Amino acid sequence: MAKMQWREIGAGMVVPVVLIAIWQTVSALGWVNDHVLPSPVAVVQRWMAYLLPQTAYAETGGNWLRWAVSGELIVDALGSMYRVVVGFAVGALLALPLGLLMGASPRMYAWLNPLAQVLRPIPPIAYIPLAILWFGLGNPPAIFLISIGAFFPVLINTIAGVRHVDGIYLRAARNLGASQRTLFVRVILPAAVPYILSGVRIGIGTAFIVVIVSEMIAVNNGLGFRILEAREYFWSDKIIAGMITIGMLGLAIDIGVNKLNNYLLRWHRGLEH
Amino acid sequence: MGAANIVVKDVNKVFKTADREVIALKDIQLEIPRGQFVCLLGPSGCGKSTLLNAMAGFSLPSSGTITADGKPITGPGPERGMVFQEYALFPWMTVEKNIAFGLEIKGMAQTDIDACVTGLLAKLGLTDFRSRFPKDLSGGMRQRVAIARVLALDSPILLMDEPFGALDALTRRNLQDELLRIWAETGKTVIFVTHSIEEAIYLSDRIIVMTYRPGTIKRDLLVDLPRLRDPSSPAFNALKRELGQLVMEEQQRHHDSELMAAVD
Repeated sequence: MAKMQWREIGAGMVVPVVLIAIWQTVSALGWVNDHVLPSPVAVVQRWMAYLLPQTAYAETGGNWLRWAVSGELIVDALGSMYRVVVGFAVGALLALPLGLLMGASPRMYAWLNPLAQVLRPIPPIAYIPLAILWFGLGNPPAIFLISIGAFFPVLINTIAGVRHVDGIYLRAARNLGASQRTLFVRVILPAAVPYILSGVRIGIGTAFIVVIVSEMIAVNNGLGFRILEAREYFWSDKIIAGMITIGMLGLAIDIGVNKLNNYLLRWHRGLEH
Repeated sequence: MGAANIVVKDVNKVFKTADREVIALKDIQLEIPRGQFVCLLGPSGCGKSTLLNAMAGFSLPSSGTITADGKPITGPGPERGMVFQEYALFPWMTVEKNIAFGLEIKGMAQTDIDACVTGLLAKLGLTDFRSRFPKDLSGGMRQRVAIARVLALDSPILLMDEPFGALDALTRRNLQDELLRIWAETGKTVIFVTHSIEEAIYLSDRIIVMTYRPGTIKRDLLVDLPRLRDPSSPAFNALKRELGQLVMEEQQRHHDSELMAAVD
């Protein structure tokens, strides 16, 4: 089993290694300008410099952990993650109860769905001018934008999840004597979880896109800010190092959400691993 | 057998759609004594499931009354446990939790729930599957869990809507025997919907053959064969032939009306 996994990982490495080798060769031969496309080695060097602390250990007064995470990259990544987590939490925690309500009550649905359908297609990025006007610069407008990005996927999926609960479960539960409250908490809600989680997944993905954009415009740290800053200095190696970091962080978030998904849906048919 | 347990009186059921009305049940009169095993038999569209759903309280009659133990049925409830063809287990609950759910709703103490669940798991041969989820179980095992779930309610009436319809022949026979054993032990009144003539004869004290639309009672007969019944015996086959003719008449009407509908 483990052997197979290593073989798979090995197979997955072939193409990236070849591409990086070609890239390095092209750079080493001087076929492209360094400012346009820096060599992979330069990117890695820059990435390490970006990752490691900028000051010597002695200057920080002896707190080893604080020193270890004082690198610019780590501060940026933590800043971006903070905004994603808070923004997503705000958006999702507003969307979830509203979605449950709209899914369960046809009247609420009739009242609110037209508005939701009109607002939903507005990309969160289109709120940027308003966000700056309302919240100024810094974390508040970024969190506002991210929460909008997370809100609609969670809302729409929660509504769908509640509305699509298989009638057979409701009949079985009522036959067992379930009250309306029990029906909602122990049947409708868990039955809707697969839908809600797919909304969560889309919502986090959107939040991650929006955080990068909002940092480019409204915040002066974070990964999105950093790659835009690097462009102003023509540090293309740092731009690529930042992009790689963004990619890895996105991958880590996706893996984390996936793991959570698989745990919460371990009862679900057709979802293994 | 005691006094009548379920009384169906003057029951009619009409389903209205946009362009027409379907009379699913027409003028049904039925008395079922306590402890009787009754099969409702007929082709699809004959109203047997409609009648069962009315007894369960899921879909009340358009007119007429159904009473259980003298009380009119106004909605579903745990005193009339139902087993569905689609099992209807809650996939997010383990086997144990599925069986315990009705007891938790009743507000039974956790230690009593555990004891009851353990007993039912043993009774239905599910002990090893206690903490599995339904997706990991075969169809036959799932239906065992569904049966255990309604047995936990200890309801005097058991309603079964083609519970073994989706199972293979061997699993089906296996569960039929299990059901007969449980029925003999508990003395519950069982109303069992099926379109299998053999299943009806194998299981029931009494078979009620229903007509295709409008659903009426075509024949109400007692099965007077000793259990366990042998499906290859002459008496079994004579009854099978007789019922086969009745059911096929209705199946033919079903078929003709579908052809008519296609011509329209």
